[in-house]
Amino acid sequence: MSSIISVANLSKTYGSGFKALKNVNLDIKRGEIFALLGPNGAGKTTLISIICGIANPSEGKVLVGGENIQTSYRKARSLIGLVPQELHTDAFESVWATVSFSRGLFGKPKNPDHIEKVLKDLSLWDKKDSKIITLSGGMKRRVMIAKALSHEPQILFLDEPTAGVDVELRKGMWEVVRTLQQSGVTIILTTHYIEEAEEMADRIGVINKGEIVLVEDKATLMQKLGKKRLTLHLQGKLDALPESLGHYELDLCDGGATLVYDYDTKGERTGITSLLGDLRTAGIRFNDLDTTQSSLEDIFVDLVRAS
Amino acid sequence: MNYRAVRAIYLFEMARTWRTLLQSIVSPVVSTSLYFVVFGAAIGSRISQVEGVSYGTFIVPGLIMLSVLTQSIANASFGIYFPKFTGTIYEILSAPISYFEIVLGYVGAAATKSIILGLIILATAGLFVPLHIHHPVWMLAFLVLTAVTFSLFGFIIGIWADGFEKLQMIPMLVVTPLTFLGGSFYSIDMLPPAWRTVALLNPVVYLISGFRWSFYEIADVSVSVSIGMTTAFLVICLVVIWWIFRTGYRLKN
Repeated sequence: MSSIISVANLSKTYGSGFKALKNVNLDIKRGEIFALLGPNGAGKTTLISIICGIANPSEGKVLVGGENIQTSYRKARSLIGLVPQELHTDAFESVWATVSFSRGLFGKPKNPDHIEKVLKDLSLWDKKDSKIITLSGGMKRRVMIAKALSHEPQILFLDEPTAGVDVELRKGMWEVVRTLQQSGVTIILTTHYIEEAEEMADRIGVINKGEIVLVEDKATLMQKLGKKRLTLHLQGKLDALPESLGHYELDLCDGGATLVYDYDTKGERTGITSLLGDLRTAGIRFNDLDTTQSSLEDIFVDLVRAS
Repeated sequence: MNYRAVRAIYLFEMARTWRTLLQSIVSPVVSTSLYFVVFGAAIGSRISQVEGVSYGTFIVPGLIMLSVLTQSIANASFGIYFPKFTGTIYEILSAPISYFEIVLGYVGAAATKSIILGLIILATAGLFVPLHIHHPVWMLAFLVLTAVTFSLFGFIIGIWADGFEKLQMIPMLVVTPLTFLGGSFYSIDMLPPAWRTVALLNPVVYLISGFRWSFYEIADVSVSVSIGMTTAFLVICLVVIWWIFRTGYRLKN
C-alpha cells in the first residue's frame, strides 16, 4: 500500500522554547485507519495542525498525496478534511449554510446532492435549517464532520472525535468512519479512548513527549506486546505456594482462592503445560480456569511508561 | 486563484450584514441623521457659509467619511477577529486558499458594506440639505479607496487584537479623535496657523479634503496630495498584512 502522507524529520519548537515535536517520521498508508495514541500534551494535535496548515513546522518536510504542504499547499490541503478537537462552530449560521461554506472554501463547485448525502449520513438532515447555536454538543460534533466531508476529501483527520460523546453516538460515529474507509478515504484518528483505537484502527502509532514511540499493525502490536493471564480458581484455599512452584511467577490472590499466572503469547513456551503438571503433582486442584488477553490500554500504558 | 473560496468568504461576511441589518446599516444612518439635525439644522443655521457652501452642506463629505472610516475598521476587524475568537479560523487556515484570497474575501466584504453605507448616508443627507456633486467619479473613487484602505487597517487590528477591548481600543481612542479633528465639521483653514500645521499630520485630513473636493471643489490640501497620502496608507497596510501572513503573526503559532 502506498503512502498518502509522508512526514520526514518533522520538529516543532514553540516560541516559548517548548519542543512539541522532535524529529518525527511517519508514513500513513492510503486507505487505512491510523490511530495516533498519546497522553495529553504528547504532540498529537501539533502534528495534525502542521500537516493541515494550521501551524508552521520548525524543521522537516511533509508530503500529502505526494505534494509538499508548504510549496504546493493548495493541492495538499484540498485532499484533507479536518475535524479539530474543540467544537469550533459558527453560532448563527444554519447547518446547510455552514457546510456549504466549507465546500466553497475548498474551491469545489456547488453540489447540493453531495451536501444532502453527507447530512443524511450523519443524521443531520432534519436539522439542515437549524441554527448551529440551537444544536446539542453531539450534533455540533457531527456538523464539524459534515464540514470536513463537504469537499469530498481523500484524507480525514479526526482529532479526538468522540471526546465527550455518549456511547451510542460514539458507536454511530464509528459506523460513519468505517463507511468512509470503505469508500476509499484514509482516516487518521487521535484518541484517548484505547477502546476506540482497538475497535477501529488498522495501524496504531504511539506518540509521547513529541516523539513517535512505535508504529505497528494493530494485530501485530497486540500479538507482539500482548500478554495473557491465566487465572485458576482453586478447590481449596492455599496459605502459601508450595516450594515446588517457586520458579513460576505465580500470584496467590483472593485470600488464597485463586492463582494468577501471566505469560507471554509471543514466547515459544508459555509454561502452561508444565505449570499444570506441577500443580497436579503438588496436589493442587482447581474448579475452573480462564484466560484474558491484555488490552491495548495495558500495552499503551507500558509503552508510555517505558518511553 | 481559488475564486470559489473568495466568494464563499465574501458571501459569508455579507450574510452577517443582512442578519445584523439594524447594527450594520440602520444604526449608522440614524446617528448620521442626528448629526445633520444638530450640526446642520440647529447649529448650522447660525453659522455663516464656509468657503461659499452652507454649513449643513459643507459637513456632508466629512460625515460620510466619519461613518465609512469607522465602519470599515469595525467590519473588517470584527470579520477576522470573530473566527479567531470562536476558533473557526482553523478552517480558513487549513483550506487551499492563499493569503491574498483570504484578504480579498474579508476586506472586499467589509469595504462593500462601507461603500453601501456611505451611499445610503449620502442619500439620507440629500433629504436634509441640497447636494451637488461636481466630480461623481472622483467621489466614488475616494469612497472606494478609503473604504478599502481602512478595511485593510481594520483587518490588521482584528488580527492584532487578542481581546474585545483591544478590538475597540484603536477605533475608539485613535480613529474617532483623528476623524473629528480631521476636518469633518470644519475647514482646517479655520484653525490658527500653529494648529493647522499640527492638523496636517493627521492622515484623515487628506481623506476628507479630497472627498470634499470631489463634492464642492474646495479642499484644504491639493487633490494629488490627498490621493498620494491615502495611497501611501493603503500601501503601508498591504505591507503589514503581507508581513502578518508571511510570519503567521497571531494566526499560526
